[in-house]
Amino acid sequence: MDLIRPFLEYEFMRNALFAVLLIMPLFSLLGTMVVNNGMSFFSDALGHSALTGVGIGVMLGFGSYDLPMIAFAVVFALLMNRVRHSTLSSADTVIGVFSSCGVALGLVLLSRGGNFQNYQSLLIGDILNITPDRLWMLFFTLLAVVAVWLLAFNRFLAVSISPTLAKTRGIAVWVYDNLFVVVVAVVVMLSIRIVGLLMINAMLILPAAASRNVARSMRSYHVLALIFGLFSGVLGLLLSFYNAVVGGPMIVLCAAMVFFGTLFLARKK
Amino acid sequence: MSGTHKASCGLHCLQVKGLTVELGGRRIVDNVELHAHCGELTAIIGRNGAGKSTLMKAMIGELPYKGSVTFSGHGGVPTPHKPRSGYVPQAVSLDRSSPATVRDLMLCYTSRLPVMFPRRKKTIDALKAHLRTFGADGVFDSRVGSLSGGELQRVLLALAMWEHPDLVLLDEPVSGVDNEGLQAFYSLIDRLREQDMLVVLISHDLGFVRRHADRVVLMENGRVAAVGTPSAVFATEPFARAFPLEAGKGAE
Repeated sequence: MDLIRPFLEYEFMRNALFAVLLIMPLFSLLGTMVVNNGMSFFSDALGHSALTGVGIGVMLGFGSYDLPMIAFAVVFALLMNRVRHSTLSSADTVIGVFSSCGVALGLVLLSRGGNFQNYQSLLIGDILNITPDRLWMLFFTLLAVVAVWLLAFNRFLAVSISPTLAKTRGIAVWVYDNLFVVVVAVVVMLSIRIVGLLMINAMLILPAAASRNVARSMRSYHVLALIFGLFSGVLGLLLSFYNAVVGGPMIVLCAAMVFFGTLFLARKK
Repeated sequence: MSGTHKASCGLHCLQVKGLTVELGGRRIVDNVELHAHCGELTAIIGRNGAGKSTLMKAMIGELPYKGSVTFSGHGGVPTPHKPRSGYVPQAVSLDRSSPATVRDLMLCYTSRLPVMFPRRKKTIDALKAHLRTFGADGVFDSRVGSLSGGELQRVLLALAMWEHPDLVLLDEPVSGVDNEGLQAFYSLIDRLREQDMLVVLISHDLGFVRRHADRVVLMENGRVAAVGTPSAVFATEPFARAFPLEAGKGAE
């Protein structure tokens, strides 16, 4: 506890800790399904589209960037999802093209007038500068995602395992397939200013990927992803505080450490 | 699943008329007519790319199509609602690294509460008992990715038969099932037919089709090239074209 007390004396550190305690459960819920669906490249591209979203927001003179960012990301996600299911070309390549365009267009828009440094926090995030408003927003997002999961998790999983089989059981495959990418788009956009677009995908994927190395059922997969996510989040934050280094990347390094540890154990699985 | 033999009532039937599927400007399935009865095993055969799986996906309603698919219930009257099809896919997207168990697989398709939550013993016992009738209860807690081809096929068949569908459509895997697994699978299909189920099977095992199918539909380039009893279809010119090695063996 002596390790944590000095850390909690600062309000910005308390807020950062709350943010991690909200974001990591969110990410482990989404990340497990992203990994199931083999969509880690997809969510990476989605993160990159944030730059364009903000760029559009700046261009149109929006005061807050959340709305244009989310709107753009949702459209982007739905488009990429169409590409993912099309048999016409290699989905992998086209998603790569989407990703590059999202970054390039965003950089072009944001560098107009030579002001890009104002937006650098988008890249690495700003975990030490979180307002209570943002925490509340994350809290309600977590509640909403938990509600969607309670109602639709089996449907998401069924569609992921076999869309045709899901269809014969009366599941509206198209609805659940797109609902999932929309939820990922919204959550990624709401957390990107905290963790940064360079690190967000790693935070999303690593706890789930680590859990997958050792889990033996869907239950243990989710429980372990949650534990690994919270562990890496809190440890990473502590390490960044005591070493005066940036928070997001430190959390990712901790998650990567857990991943390699479980990879070693996986040989015994 | 009583396992007792019943004579076919012959009243349930699946009628496919002028079914055509176009994807990306290409006609994959072209004007297919198909008639399948309850208590009968209808086998769809053909080379890779002949349109077999696409036809089945259209019949299920996963792909848009022109033409009609009607199912008549008892009394021969077309049912106003869509028939409930039990479907056995060729494969599932659960690789060796996936943590999903057979329990997870069964629960995710048969219930709403997320599979991670505990279930009543009664629910689990019912699922296990159902799996047992398909010789697959021993793998209830195994990960789906660790099953043998034959075990997976039996689990998927059990899942398809849960809640008594009107008909069952099977897309047999091209490979990965050993001989013993195939035998077990085919005897289960025989049993379903004896119980008056309408069975449509895409098969790659011509020996099985010859011995067990009541009706064979041979597909070639999206069209029905021949239809009839196995011995009749196996003697046709299109069959010799599609399976030159098998054609010489003749009908038994």
